[in-house]
Amino acid sequence: MTIETHSSSQPSAALPMPERISVRDLRFYYGESLALKNINLPLYDRKVTAFIGPSGCGKSTLLRVLNRMYDLYPGQRAEGEVLLDGENILQPGIDLNLLRSRVGMVFQKPTPFPMTIYDNIAFGVRLYENISKADMDVRVEEALSKAALWKEVKDKLNASGLSLSGGQQQRLCIARTVAIKPEVILFDEPCSALDPISTAKIEELIDELKSEYTIAIVTHNMQQAARVSEHTAFMYLGDLIEFNETSNIFTTPKDQRTQDYITGRFG
Amino acid sequence: MSKTANALYAGRKRTNIIAMTLCYAATIFGLMWLTLILASLLINGIPGLSLAIFFENTPPPNAQGGGLANAIVGSLMLTTLGVGIGAPVGILAGTYMAEYGRYERITSVIRFINDILLSAPSIIIGLFIYTLVVLPMGQFSGIAGALALAVIVIPVVVRTTEDMLMLVPNPLREAASALGMPRSLVIKQVAYRAARAGIITGVLLAVARVSGETAPLLFTVLSNQFWSLDITQPLANLPVTINNFINNPDPNWKKLAWTGALIITFAVLSLNIGARALSKSSQSK
Repeated sequence: MTIETHSSSQPSAALPMPERISVRDLRFYYGESLALKNINLPLYDRKVTAFIGPSGCGKSTLLRVLNRMYDLYPGQRAEGEVLLDGENILQPGIDLNLLRSRVGMVFQKPTPFPMTIYDNIAFGVRLYENISKADMDVRVEEALSKAALWKEVKDKLNASGLSLSGGQQQRLCIARTVAIKPEVILFDEPCSALDPISTAKIEELIDELKSEYTIAIVTHNMQQAARVSEHTAFMYLGDLIEFNETSNIFTTPKDQRTQDYITGRFG
Repeated sequence: MSKTANALYAGRKRTNIIAMTLCYAATIFGLMWLTLILASLLINGIPGLSLAIFFENTPPPNAQGGGLANAIVGSLMLTTLGVGIGAPVGILAGTYMAEYGRYERITSVIRFINDILLSAPSIIIGLFIYTLVVLPMGQFSGIAGALALAVIVIPVVVRTTEDMLMLVPNPLREAASALGMPRSLVIKQVAYRAARAGIITGVLLAVARVSGETAPLLFTVLSNQFWSLDITQPLANLPVTINNFINNPDPNWKKLAWTGALIITFAVLSLNIGARALSKSSQSK
C-alpha cells in the first residue's frame, strides 16, 4: 500500500498505511466535565477500527466527534484536532452538513425515517445530487444491494420503512448511509438491538464495505471487535489505553487494564 | 392460610370494594351531567331541525320560521379565519420551542406565559381585541372576531406542537443530521412527518375549542340579523345568536337557539372523535 495519493499526508503518516482520519490531542467536554483526555489515534484508510471499553469510557463520545454530531447539543465542545484528509474538522467555519455527508453514521437503534423504503434512501441522495428518476432507481438498488437488503425488499419499495423487521431496518439505515457515498462510516453499536442472525449479516456487510469505506465501529461485544476489525482501540475512563492491531490487542495486550477487560475481569 | 393472613386479605378486599364503588360513583356522577346535557339538547333541538335551518336567515322577532344559515356560515368563516391565522403562528412557535430553542432559557419563559394564556378567560381575550381592534376601527367586525379566536387558538396549538415534536425521538433527528441534512429539512421532512398526526389533532382540538366560544365574539363581531360575508362588518355567528335568542321570550327564537346549540355540540363532538380516530390510526402504524 502506498501513501502517494495523499498529497496532504502529515508527518506521522510515515506509517505503512495512509490515515483517513487522524485524531490529535483530542479533549472533549460535556459542560465542565472532561469526557475524553488527550486522545491520539489514526483511522486507517479502508480499514475497520473497533472501539471497545466499559460503558462510559468515551468510545461513543469519540465517534460523535468524528462527524461533529455533538454540535446538535449545547454545552458540548471538543479541543484539539481531528484531521479528515488533512483538514481539521474541529475548526470553526467547517460546513457541518457537508462534513456529515462525507462521514456517515449508523446508530445503535435502527432509525428509519417515517417514509417509504425507496424514499428513505433517495432522500439523502437528493440532498446533494440532482439526478433523474432512472438514475435514482439505480442508486437505490445499488445501495440496497450493498446493504444485502435488495432481495428482501425489491417488491415493496413503496412500503413504509417502519414496516421492516429490526435487522432489516438497520440494514436500511446502512443502505441509506452508503447511498450518499461517504468516505468514512461510523457504526455506533450497530448490532446491540439485533438478534444473532441479523448481527451476522451486519458483520458480513461491514467486511464487504471496508473495500470502499473507512470504518469505525463502537461495540460492547469483544468477539465482534475481534471478528470485524483490523485495529482495536481500548478506552477506559476517557483515556485511550491501548491502540494496536486487533490480533495483538486480543492476544498480547500491553496494558494490564486491557488484559483485564478482554478477559472479562471487569466492564 | 393462617387466620391473620385471612383477616388481612379480607380487609384488603373490603377496602378494594369500597374504592371501586367510589370510583364507579364518581364516573356515573360525571357522565350523568353529560347525558342530561346531551339529552336536553336532543329533546329541545331536534324539533327545530329542518332544511330551512341551513338555508334561511335568522328571522326578525315575533316572526315564524326562518333558519340559521347566516349564523352557520358566519361561524364557519370566523372559525376558519381564526384557525387559519392562529394555527400557523402556533405551529411555528411550537417548532421554535421544540427544535431551535429547545435548550434556550427563553423557551421556558415562553412555555410559562403560553400556559397562562392557555387558561386565560376568553372574555378577557375578547376585551383585549375590543380595545386593540374594535375601538380603533370604530365598529364590530368579523376580522376582529377571527383575531380573538386566533388568540385562543395559538396557545393550544403551541402546546400540542411542542409536545408532539418533543415526542419525536432524538436519534431520528441525529440520523437525519448524520446524512448531512440541514436543520430546516430535518424538521420539515423528518420531525414534522413523525409528529404530523399529533399536530393535526392539536389543530382540530383548537377548532373544537373555538367553535363554541361566545364571550370573545360578543365584544368583537357582535352579530348580524342578515346575510353577510363581509369580514369588516359585524357577522352573524352561532354562539352569539344562541346567546341572544335563548334570552328572548319569542318561542320561535328559543327553538332556533336550541337547534343551533345542537348543531354546534355535534359538530364539536364529531371533530373530537375525528381527532381521536386520527391519533389512534397513526399510533397503530
